[in-house]
Amino acid sequence: MPDLTKSISSARRRLLQMHFESGVGHIGGNLSCIDMLVALLHRVVGADDEFVLSKGHSAGALYVALWSIGSLTDADLATFHGEATLLSGHPPVHGSPHIRFATGSLGHGLSLACGLALARQLQQRAGRVFCMLSDGECEEGSVWEAALFLAHRNLPVVTIVDANGLQGFGTTTEVAGLEPLAAKFESFGLRTLGVDGHDTDAFLDAMASVSGGPAVIIARTHKGGSVSFMRDRMEWHYLPMTEALYRQALAELA
Amino acid sequence: MRNEFCRAMVDLAADESFVFLTGDLGFQALEPLQQALGDRFINAGVAEQNMVAVAAGLAASGMSPWVYSIAPFLYARPFEQIRNDVCLHSLPVRLVGNGGGYAYGVMGATHHALEDYGALLCLPALRAFVPAFNSDVSTIIAHLSADRSYPAYLRLGRDEAPPSLLAPDYAAWRRLVPGAGPAMVAVGPLAGSLAGALAELTPDQRPDLWLLSELPPTYIPADLLESILRSRDLIVVEEHAAHGGAGEMLAAQLLRLGAAPARFTHRSALGYPSGRYGSQRFHRQECGLDADSILALVKRLAASPPGSA
Repeated sequence: MPDLTKSISSARRRLLQMHFESGVGHIGGNLSCIDMLVALLHRVVGADDEFVLSKGHSAGALYVALWSIGSLTDADLATFHGEATLLSGHPPVHGSPHIRFATGSLGHGLSLACGLALARQLQQRAGRVFCMLSDGECEEGSVWEAALFLAHRNLPVVTIVDANGLQGFGTTTEVAGLEPLAAKFESFGLRTLGVDGHDTDAFLDAMASVSGGPAVIIARTHKGGSVSFMRDRMEWHYLPMTEALYRQALAELA
Repeated sequence: MRNEFCRAMVDLAADESFVFLTGDLGFQALEPLQQALGDRFINAGVAEQNMVAVAAGLAASGMSPWVYSIAPFLYARPFEQIRNDVCLHSLPVRLVGNGGGYAYGVMGATHHALEDYGALLCLPALRAFVPAFNSDVSTIIAHLSADRSYPAYLRLGRDEAPPSLLAPDYAAWRRLVPGAGPAMVAVGPLAGSLAGALAELTPDQRPDLWLLSELPPTYIPADLLESILRSRDLIVVEEHAAHGGAGEMLAAQLLRLGAAPARFTHRSALGYPSGRYGSQRFHRQECGLDADSILALVKRLAASPPGSA
């Protein structure tokens, strides 16, 4: 998959550029999921399918993934986080036909995905719904209401948890003792797979193996991706980059 | 009204986009609907946040979801799902809350809905419907089924029309009892009880009683406006908190129109003044919302016309 590898690499750099130019933080959690988002939109989410980004704070990565498939332009990305933009810091209501729901308050996306999937079931339409959550988001009770519902109704929802292990003010272990996360989803009757979220081959294999019904992919990732000074560091949930750090990050990703 | 509601819902069953979600409520009431809808009757369990967001997902996929629970569990727990998932996206989700105001009586405060339409009407595009009579229910439902351009909340209660009152055909505003006294606006079923009680007053004392069933009020009928301008006296009665209620909405509208009455009396839900619980009637009495309290109020106001002090 040389093309996809190239697309991911160029998306990572485009994401850094967009966040640097807009002076916006939240880059860490964007870099943890950009590889998966690009792989999903290029190779997994088909014409009958839908994708819901429940971890709305990774809107930047979603916009860049949409740019990568040609759905948003450089000119669109240049407006990110600016005045009168359609591309707000969290996914907007009317920013792109590929963005079905404004998200950002955590714990909504999986239920919305269930609604899209239930409609497919009732309308006897083909298609699956993919939904990406953050691991910290799993502290929201509504996530588990949705997990119960989708397992009970056997809905065609594939849940991807971007498990970077860091949340707003600590690690997921320090804050909530979230682990064992896979066992929690399994106990709801959901087939659950673990995968390295930065290993695109492994991620696509996992997606292929759960082609139909409800499943959960716990994707182990690093906040900040492979940028050395950001990797697994909580402050990059928030910080904007200086020019020097931006240049360094670009060089590391080149 | 629950039976009328169920019948009207059954009438929609042939529409394949119609889907009904309940938060595990409706035992011994909604079984006919369950039978009529088959797999489009979804008991979403005791999980209102999920239920409302699922409904948003269904509506975004071209379905017509109706979401049912008892009123407080429907608007308060999943408020953010109503705000973000339904209203931000202007999705035609229909929220049906059974038991508005103090209807659940001695079940206690957690089961009362005293700020339902006030809270919901802060949200963009949403409209609230408060039927007063059983016969209103099917008309409202037919309307909401045909016009899917906005989210809506339907507050169900109990038909309180006295036997002597022939319920007029449904409309947003209806004049229930004409009178030469103050203008009076009552929201929803309470108007039925008031219509019965006010009949005992002499025509010159009797308020001009109007029933309001759609919120926010988009207009004030010309005859009501005339009544307000003539009497310079307006009484608003609603089983809902004052803040965000119909009384405040009407007051603001009258101010904008330059038609503010000289006296404005607002009877509303006051919570639990004594800290004790009882029937809907008990709570109405505590708040001065029951028919006897309103009669006493009207007589007291008649003794000192607006502007006379």
